[in-house]
Parts: sequence; C-alpha cells; structure tokens
Amino acid sequence: MNATLPQTETLEIPKPPKRLLTYFEDGGRTVGSWLLTTDHKRIGILYLYSIVAFFTIGAIAAAIMRLELITPAGDLVTSDTYNKLFTIHGTVMVWFFLIPSIPSVLGNFVVPLMLGARDLAFPRLNLLSWYLFNLGGLLALYAIAIGGVDTGWTFYTPYSSTFTNTHVVTMVAGVFMAGFSSILTGLNFIVTTHKMRAPGLTWFRLPLFLWSNYATSVILVMATPVLAMTLVLLSIERIWGVGVFDPQLGGDPVLFQHLFWFYSHPAVYIMILPGMGVVSELVTCFARKPIFGYHFVAFASMAIALIGFFVWGHHMFTSGASVYSGLVFSITSYLVAVPSAIKVFNWTMTLHRGRIFLNTPMLYALGFIGLFTVGGLTGLFLAALALDVHVTDTYFVVAHFHYIMVGGMVTGFLGGLHYWWPKITGRLYPESLGRLAALIIFIGFNLTFFPQYVMGYLGMVRRYHAYAPEFQIYHVMSSAGASILGVGYLLPLIYLIWSLKHGKKAPANPWNATGLEWQTPSPPPKHNFAQTPIVTRPPYQYSAETEEHMVYG
Amino acid sequence: MANSHEAVAEQFDDMPQQIEASTLGMWTFLATEILFFGALFLAYIVYRHTYAQAFALAGRHTLILYGTINTALLLTSSFTMSLAIHSAQEGKNKPLLGFLLLTIFLGCGFLLVKGLEYHEDVHEHLFPGAHFTRELPAPGQIFWVLYWVMTGVHSIHLAAGIGLLAVIVWMAWRRRFSSYYHNPVLISGLYWHFVDVIWVWLYALLYLINRH
Repeated sequence: MNATLPQTETLEIPKPPKRLLTYFEDGGRTVGSWLLTTDHKRIGILYLYSIVAFFTIGAIAAAIMRLELITPAGDLVTSDTYNKLFTIHGTVMVWFFLIPSIPSVLGNFVVPLMLGARDLAFPRLNLLSWYLFNLGGLLALYAIAIGGVDTGWTFYTPYSSTFTNTHVVTMVAGVFMAGFSSILTGLNFIVTTHKMRAPGLTWFRLPLFLWSNYATSVILVMATPVLAMTLVLLSIERIWGVGVFDPQLGGDPVLFQHLFWFYSHPAVYIMILPGMGVVSELVTCFARKPIFGYHFVAFASMAIALIGFFVWGHHMFTSGASVYSGLVFSITSYLVAVPSAIKVFNWTMTLHRGRIFLNTPMLYALGFIGLFTVGGLTGLFLAALALDVHVTDTYFVVAHFHYIMVGGMVTGFLGGLHYWWPKITGRLYPESLGRLAALIIFIGFNLTFFPQYVMGYLGMVRRYHAYAPEFQIYHVMSSAGASILGVGYLLPLIYLIWSLKHGKKAPANPWNATGLEWQTPSPPPKHNFAQTPIVTRPPYQYSAETEEHMVYG
Repeated sequence: MANSHEAVAEQFDDMPQQIEASTLGMWTFLATEILFFGALFLAYIVYRHTYAQAFALAGRHTLILYGTINTALLLTSSFTMSLAIHSAQEGKNKPLLGFLLLTIFLGCGFLLVKGLEYHEDVHEHLFPGAHFTRELPAPGQIFWVLYWVMTGVHSIHLAAGIGLLAVIVWMAWRRRFSSYYHNPVLISGLYWHFVDVIWVWLYALLYLINRH
C-alpha cells in the first residue's frame, strides 16, 4: 500500500507532546456518544453490531432449514413455514448482512485511514445511513415477527403482489430503507475517494481495497435506486390492486424480473468485489511481495462493476425471454469471467516465489481464492443457455451463489476482520485459535455446499422442504457440514470478544504492512493521524527484509 | 462577509476541498435520482409499446392546461433559481433572499396547480382502482397508474426541494453566504434544476404525445 512516511522522512516533524486519545476515549464512552457519533470508526463498529445480529437471525433460519432437510419427509416444519424460513434467510442475509458487511463495517473503518483522511466526506450522512439501515432492519424483523413473508428474497410478481397473504409490503419497506442506506454509504465513499486523498496519494497509488470499494460504491449508487422504485411499484400494485406487473390486470411480470435483476445482479458484485479488495491486501501482505499486475487488478474491479450492469438477463433464461436476448446475456455473462480470472491469476502470481506467512487472514485469503474460483467457474456453467435450463432452480444454483457469497464474501470479511482487528480494537486476537477457526470454516463450508452441486445436477430442486429419498445422503452431508460451519463461525465470535479484554496489546503495525492505516496508533486517535501523511511511493512496497518484524510468524 | 473559516467542516482541509466534495456529492445523488426515475420511464416505454392505442387514448385525458401552466411555473422557477445563484456569487444578500423566496413561491404554485389537477382527475374517475372510468380500454389504467406514480414522486421531490430552499433562505437570512462561500446555494440549485428537467420529460410523455 501506500507508501507512507518512512521513518527517515518524518524526522523533521516534532513528535506530539503526549499520547493522543484513542477514538474510544475521545468524545466519551457513554452510549449517547456512540449513538450520536459522526466518527467513521465508531460508525463502522455500530454497523458491526448490527450485522452480527442480522447474521445470527439469518443463520438460525438456515439452521432450521438444514435440520428439516435431514430427512426426506417434511416433518419438522410445514411447507408454509419452510417458505418463510428461506425468505427470512435470503432477505436478511442479502440486504442486512452481505451488502453492508465489508463496505459498511470494514470500509467505514479503513477507507479514511487508507486515504490519510480525517473522516469520510459526509460524516453526518454516514450516521444517517446507519440509522436508515437499522430502521429498515427493524421493519424487516417486524414483518418476520408478525408472520413472515413466503415469496423468497426475489419477491417475484404476481405471487408477491396479488396472491400471497403474507406481509410483503412491510418487508419490502424494510428493504427499501436499507437500500437508501446503501446509496448514502456508496455516495460517501465515492466522494471521499475522489476528493480526500492525502497529498501524493494518486489514483494509482491507492490500495486495491479502495479500488474495489470504489467499484462497489458505483454499483450501490447506480443500481439500488432501480430496486427502490421497483419495490414501490410492487407495493402500489399490492396495496391498491392496480395493474403494474400482474398479467390479469394487463401488467407484465417479466418487467418486474428485468427491473429486479437490473439491481440484483450488480448487487451480486456488491457481495463479492469488496471481498476481492480485502484479498488483494492480504495476499500481498502475507506473501511479502508487491502485488502482481496492480493496474490489471484495479481495472478488473471497474470492469466487473461495469459489465455487471449488462448481465441481468441470465437470471431469466427460462422466463420466456427470446433466444436472442438469451444469447446476448449469455455472452456478456461470460465476459465477466475475464476480469474475475485476471484477479485470480494476479493473486496467484503474487504468491509465486513470495515468502508466505500462513497467518489467519492469509488462510482466509487462500480459502477465498479457491472457493471463489469454484463458485466463479460454476457460474460459467450457468451462463451457458442449455445447461442453465437443465439446472435452473436446483441446488446447483444454490451451491454456486453460496460459493461466491459465503465462500467468497464471508471468507473475505472474516479475513479482513482479523487483519484489521488489531487496528480496530488495539488488541491481538489469539492466532492459533484463529487458524483453527479458519480451517474449520473451510472444511465445514465445503462439506455443506459441495454436495449441493451434485444433488442439484441430479435434479434436486431448491425451495422444497420434502424431497425424494435418493437425495438424502447429500442433504445429510450438507447438514453435517452446516453444523461444522456453525462451530467455525461461533469460534471467532467468542475469541474476538475475549481478545477485547485479554488479548495482547497491538502495536501500530503488527503485520509490518505498508498501508497508511498502519502508520497511526492502534486504535487510532479520533482524527486518525497526528499529521496528514504525505505519500511518496507506490503501494505494496513489501520486501524480504521486513519479514523479520512480523509479530506472528 | 460571514466567518468563512467557521464554515469549513473538520474533515476537510480547506474551503475548495469542501466545495468540490459537496458538489460531487450532489451530482452523484442526482445520478441515483436518474436511475430512480429511470425505472418508471422504462416501465412507461414498455407499456407504451405494448398498449400503443390504449396509451394514446388514455393520454388524451390528461389536463393539458394545468400541465402547461405548471411547465411555465417550473421553468420560470429555474430562471429565478439561476438569478439567486448569480446574486450569491456577487455576494448580494438581499437579491439572493428575494430570488430564493420567489423560487419557493413558484414551486408552491406548481404544487397548488398540481393539487387542483389531481382533484379534477379524481373527479373524472381517472384514479386507478375500482372506480376507474369505463370510457378507456383496460390497459389505459396502466397509463394512469404510471401518471399518478410519476407525477406523485416528482411532486414529493419538488416538496423536498422547497424544504431545501427554505433552509437556504434561513442560512441567507443569517448572512451565512458571501461571494466566497455560497456553495450550498449552488448545489441546491443543481437539485432544483434536476427536478425541473424531470418535469419537462413528464410533460412530454404524459401530456403531449398523441395529442392531435
């Protein structure tokens, strides 16, 4: 990352007379000081609380589903309850966990630090964004509490607008609110990245996390409004019974799908690009080598964001769209593989002849590269028209996007969380437990989702709570894997909380990393830097000499 | 001149940085707004294509007199907004206040006329639902759904714009602006002009097409 002030260049700057207060201390420790804070670091932590809560809810829904699926008969929950469970799982995990996970938690915390800025461009907007997010989340929880929704997270019309008797409008209102929170966060990142870079920090000296965060923000800002309006139209049709999407009233249900996926496919890249950004940071730091092909990795992020806007039709190959539109969307979907592969190859080349340290963040990064590759390649299967018809709405699709979203994004999030944990909290987490958890998650994840590829290919359809007995073996494996995965997720929750009190005090730069965020104390003072840093070098100037100073290793 | 040093928020180094950041912020926000309305425009185009005849018939029921008066009001308000910005750049506080108030006045006039028009629309059974007029073919109702949503969302935006300008008036009243610092006036103007431009499109699509 950015070159930062090497010690020799800071000599002329007098040391501040006494220790600066950390962002925990400065401004007070009261609840009010947190709820009214405009400090990006505190808001990042507020987001962390929120998304952990939502993740727990989504995970509980998943756990009940996996329990139900151990036996072929639908014996634990009714089919109605099952429908509501997968809707809770999808809606909560997509909008209230994955989308804000890396951008709003880690991004909020590290973006200004990486830029050498005191805060985001619009700190109050940032706080408003957190409140909107929680308000939306509470509405969604309210919809769940009063009976739930059974449409699936996609809210397809006319079922959602005309037929279901569940609380679609309340749920949709919650998603609408969370959408505005996304827009404000994205807008804040875009402006901050453009206008608040430290002196000398040119675009091509930006850490790659900032490039992918920027690409993500562009998607947040350009795609989310379309979803918002689509949900408004859906609610209008549902509340007043007037035709927009319902074919009986002259509407076009496929128009809903077009509008929905015009948002939701780019949103899939919201749920992977930030993970890629984190992995770029981790791979170069723990291989002690500059990133291979910096410009390619940076532009690949932008290319994924751009091409991502032109692939939505691949969700509708079986919705009655014409073969020609299918062909076009199939080709554009293949195109996304190019920048994605560029990233994977560049990470691999960075590892090549590097001095590799297998610390916890690096284990997650390596896991990400493997799982993302599997998820990405099976995405190509789905982009192929003929094969897609065969596996549409099967567990093959479920396995594919879980490899991207869980194997990719959640792994990236955990890798980033461990990497920046010393910076965020000022404490080191227990390294051996960290490695153990990373390993458990990798094993549990593959055991959960790999059998789903197989059974999906064999014809196991998604969203059914009862199934033919020949699929039982795969479902049992998947459920067993899910329980291992659950342990894997519980472990970091426990030892990270433990480390807050009992972890060793973290130095400013425990990984001897090159980013600006490591040039300030851990945890940072309220305004991040005692002096605005000046950047004189390109990022990722890792070399063999620095490896001696790794804290762990 | 106001104390311009005070106006720089703590996260910014200096005034130019703050001005650039807020301006870019507003442009980015307007980009999201284009996509927000874009979904409606797309739905309009799709159904206009599918139900060409019904839409042509339905479109003739819009009240062109109200629509035209409103177009005139809003275009004039953009003119007075520009004059307000000009006054701010010159550091003339009194004309600034005057033009801002005039802009707000014209905006309120728009909403008033729109209200009268809505009233008459309802009176003529042009509100979609059970009581919708039987003179039009069934898909004509989709035109009117889109009419209400598009003009409704636009009016909400205009109301928000009036609220925004009210804050700017208050700031101008407190003599917060000068020829050096008046960026809030500028970016509020951007928003105001945007809402105006959206109306120009709505006027063309809802009132003018197929009007022989």
